[in-house]
Amino acid sequence: MSQTFEILESTFDRLLKNFQSERQPNEHFTLTLTGETSQFVRFNHAKVRQIGSVIDCQAELTLMANQRTASCSFPLCGDWETDWQAAKSVLQELRQDAADLPIDPYSVLPSGTESSREVHIGRLLPPDQVASMVLPEVAGLDFAGIYGGGGLLRAYADSVGQTHWFETESFALDYSIFTADNQAVKGVVAGSQWDKAAYVAKLANSKRQLERLADAPKPIPKGQYRTYLAPQAIAEIIAMFSWGAVGEAAIQQGESAFGMLRRGEKYLSPAFTLNENFSHGLVPRFNDLGEMAPVEMAIIDAGKLVNSLVNSRTAKEYNKVANGANGSESLRSPEVCPGTLATADVLKALDTGLYLSNLHYLNWSDRPIGRITGMTRYACFWVENGEIVAPIENLRFDESLYRCLGDNLLSLTDVQEFIPEVGSYDYRSLGGMWLPGVLVDDFTYTL
Amino acid sequence: MIAELQHVLSTLDLPADWVGLRAVKETASCRNVRDGLPQGNSKQLSYGTMVEVLVNGQIGYGAVNSFQPEHLRLAAKAAYRQALAASQWAIYPMTPVTRPKVVGNYTSPFLKPLEAIAPGEINELLIRLCQTLKVSDKIVQTNASANTQEVESWYISSNGSEVYQKFLLLGTSYGAIAQDGPDVQQRSNNGNGHYYQGGWELFPDAALWDRARQIGEQAVELLTAEECPTATTTLVLAPDQMMLQIHESVGHPLELDRILGDERNYAGGSFVKPSDFGTLAYGSALMNITFNPTVPGEFASYGFDDTGAPATKEYLIKDGVLRRGLGGLESQARTGVAGVSCARASSWNRPPIDRMANLNLEAGSDSVAEIIRDTEHGVYMEANRSWSIDDQRYKFQFGCEYARLIENGQLTKSLRNPNYRGTTPEFWRSLVRIGDDSSWEMYGTPYCGKGEPNQSIRVGHGSPVCAFANMEVFGGGA
Repeated sequence: MSQTFEILESTFDRLLKNFQSERQPNEHFTLTLTGETSQFVRFNHAKVRQIGSVIDCQAELTLMANQRTASCSFPLCGDWETDWQAAKSVLQELRQDAADLPIDPYSVLPSGTESSREVHIGRLLPPDQVASMVLPEVAGLDFAGIYGGGGLLRAYADSVGQTHWFETESFALDYSIFTADNQAVKGVVAGSQWDKAAYVAKLANSKRQLERLADAPKPIPKGQYRTYLAPQAIAEIIAMFSWGAVGEAAIQQGESAFGMLRRGEKYLSPAFTLNENFSHGLVPRFNDLGEMAPVEMAIIDAGKLVNSLVNSRTAKEYNKVANGANGSESLRSPEVCPGTLATADVLKALDTGLYLSNLHYLNWSDRPIGRITGMTRYACFWVENGEIVAPIENLRFDESLYRCLGDNLLSLTDVQEFIPEVGSYDYRSLGGMWLPGVLVDDFTYTL
Repeated sequence: MIAELQHVLSTLDLPADWVGLRAVKETASCRNVRDGLPQGNSKQLSYGTMVEVLVNGQIGYGAVNSFQPEHLRLAAKAAYRQALAASQWAIYPMTPVTRPKVVGNYTSPFLKPLEAIAPGEINELLIRLCQTLKVSDKIVQTNASANTQEVESWYISSNGSEVYQKFLLLGTSYGAIAQDGPDVQQRSNNGNGHYYQGGWELFPDAALWDRARQIGEQAVELLTAEECPTATTTLVLAPDQMMLQIHESVGHPLELDRILGDERNYAGGSFVKPSDFGTLAYGSALMNITFNPTVPGEFASYGFDDTGAPATKEYLIKDGVLRRGLGGLESQARTGVAGVSCARASSWNRPPIDRMANLNLEAGSDSVAEIIRDTEHGVYMEANRSWSIDDQRYKFQFGCEYARLIENGQLTKSLRNPNYRGTTPEFWRSLVRIGDDSSWEMYGTPYCGKGEPNQSIRVGHGSPVCAFANMEVFGGGA
C-alpha cells in the first residue's frame, strides 16, 4: 500500500467514526472515496509532449434524513485538521440543504451487511524512467499515445456499518503508430506489472500490422458489406449499451435501445450472450450503496434480454429486484461469450468484405430501434477471397444492433480478448471488457 | 491566495528555468428532477494546485488536491524530476516565451449570486417545469435540471505573472419524452445547450413556462409526424444545431494540437494542414468564424488562458478563408501558425491544451423570414439529438429532435427523426444564406472532451439561422 493511501485510509476511518458519533437518530449516510496517485506521460512523434503527476482524492458524503437526500463531495488531502474541518462543514451544509428539499419517495437507505477489502500491489515503472523505457523501442516510428500509471482507490462506508476498500496499482500504455500517409495501428499494454518483454512483443505485432498499411488506402463505395469487427471494435458497440440501453430506468422511461428486446418484439442472435462478470477482479463489486453485484450475471442470454441492470432506487420505483447495479446502471465488467470461429480462420470466413480493427465516435442515430452511427478507424482493410487487399479510407456506418448482432450475425471468434478501459476523465478508469471478434453480414456503410 | 502562492514560489529551491503555480477552487451544485420528483441534489467542492516547472526545454507538472505549502513544494519537486528525466525526449524546446508575464483579473458578469436561491426553491421550479411539460398521458418522462458552478483561479509565475479569475456558471435543461407503443420521441430546450456565465438572473426568464409547454406539445406532435424524407435539398439549421455543427466541424479541425498530431491517439487529427492557413477556402464567402472569449455572458469567456495569454477576439475564418488556428502559445511556437489565447485546463489536475473557448459564426444580413421565403424546397431542423464525426473531422452525421418541411417558401408539416450527413468543406462551401443579428443565439456545453489524460471543458457557440444547399437529409428507421 502506498504511503498516500495509508494516510487516506486512516483519515477515512476517522471520518467514519466521527460521522457515526455525530449522526442523529433520523439520519443515515454513505461515505465514498475516489482517489489516485497517477503519473501521465504523453507522447507524440516518439517524443515526450507532456509529463506530470496528479495526487487526488475526493470524499463524497450523502446524507439521508426524513426521506430527503443530499450529497456533497470534498477533497481529502490527508491532513486531518484540514480534512475534518471540511467534512464538518459539509455535514452541516447537508443538514440544512436536506431539510429544505422536497420528499423523495424513492430514496433508498443503506441496509446491507457487506464488507470487503482488496489491495492489489503492482510493479510499475518508476516515474522518471517511463520515457527512457518506452521510447527507445519506438525510435524511428511515428508513435503517439499516453502512459498512465499509479495507484487507484475506491472506498465506501455507511451508517449501518458496511465498509469496502478497493485499492490497486495499475498502468496502461495506450498508443498508435502511424504511416507517412496517416494510416495507423492501435495498441494497448496494460496491467499491474510492467513487463518489458510483453511491451516489446506487442510492439512487434503492431509493426507487422503497420506493414500491411503500406499500400495506398482503397476508397470503398457506400453500401452493405460482409464485415469482421475485431474485439476492440466490438468494445465500442458494447460501450453504447451503458448509454441508454441496458439500464432498467432507461427501459422504463422510454430512453432505451433495448425497449424492443424487453417487449419481445426483437431478439438478438442466439449466438450472442452478454454477461457482467466480476470474477476477473479488476473493478470493485460494491456499488454506491455498498451492495455487492453478483460475481456473474447474464444480461443477454442467447439473444434474449434476461436481466437489465437494476439499482435499488429503480427497484423501489418500478417494483423490481435490485441486482447491485451502480447509480447510472451501466456495465462495469462486461464480457461477450466466445463463439466457434477460430481466429486463424477469420479472413477465410470473411471471404470478401471489410476487416475493421476499431470504430470511432459512436452515437445513437435512432435509439428506440437500436440504430448506431460511427466511423471506422485505425487498421481497417478490404479483403477479397480471404486475403487482405488494401487498407481502406475511413467509412461511416449507420446500422441497427438488431441487425448486426441479430439476424446478420454470422459467428463469433472462439477466444475473448481483454480490452482495458483506458479513459481518464476526472480519474484513471478501472477494468475493461472481455470480448470476441464478430463476423456479420450486410453491415451498412453510408458515407 | 496570491500571496500564499508567492511565498511557496519564493521558498522553492529548484534549478528551474521557469516555475508557475495555478491554484483552482470550484464549488458546484447539481439538482435534477424527473417526473416531478427529486432525483439528485448534490454539491461538489474541489480544489488543488498545479505546479509547472520548465527544465532544459521540457515542462513537467505536479498537481495535488491541496493549497498547503508543503504539499505544493513536493508537487514542484515531482514536476522538476519528471521534466528533467523527460528533457532528452522533449518534442520541442519550450522556453518561458510560452508562459509570458501577465498581470490582471477577470470576473463573470452577474446580478444575482449563485447562492441567492435556496435548494428547495430550485427544486420547486424544476418540479413545476416537469408539471408544465406533462401535457399529455403520452408523455412518459419529464425532466429538469439546474447546475451552478463558481470557479476561482489564481496563477503566478517566476517571471512575474499574477492573474485572478472568477467564473460564475449556470446551466439549465428540461425536456420530455413521448411514447406511443414502439414510437418514442424526445424534445428538449434547445438540445440542452443553455449554459451561460452569470447568476440566477438568467433563470427563470419570462418565456420559460410557455416554452416548456411547447416542448411537451412538440414531443407528442412528433409521435404522429411524418418521417424526415430522404432527399438532397436545402437544409436550414437553427442556432441550437449550428452550435454543434460549428463545434465539431470548425472548432476541432482547427485545433493546432490536433494538426500537430498530439491528439491522434485519442480525439484524432485533422484534415487541415499547416499550409492551409491563409489559403484554404474553408467555406463560402458568407462564413466568418471568430474566436471570442470576450463576449459577456457566453459560457467560455475569460480574461486569460491558463498559460497567461490575454484573451482577444480573432477571426479564424474571414469571408470563407482560413486565417488562424485554435492554438495556444506552445502550439504557435511549434507550428509557426498564428493562433489564439486558448491553452486551457479543465481544472487544477490537468495541464493546459488547445481548446475552443467561444467560437462563433458572425451574423449576416438575411432575416429568417427571408431565408424561408426564398427556399422552394428544404428541411428546417433544430435541437441536436445525435452527433458523430470522424477522427479527421471530415465525414459527419448529425441528427436533430425536431424538423419542419419547407415547401414553396413556407414552413409546412413537422418531421420526425431528422438527420443529415456530409463532409466538412463541402458542407461549409454550401452555406448560401446566413441570418442577421435577430436570429443570432448563443449556447454552451461543459462537455467538450479531448486530451490525454482526458479533459472535459466548457465551450460556447453563437450562430444565426443558416441555410445550406444540396444537403443529404434522411429520417429514422431500420
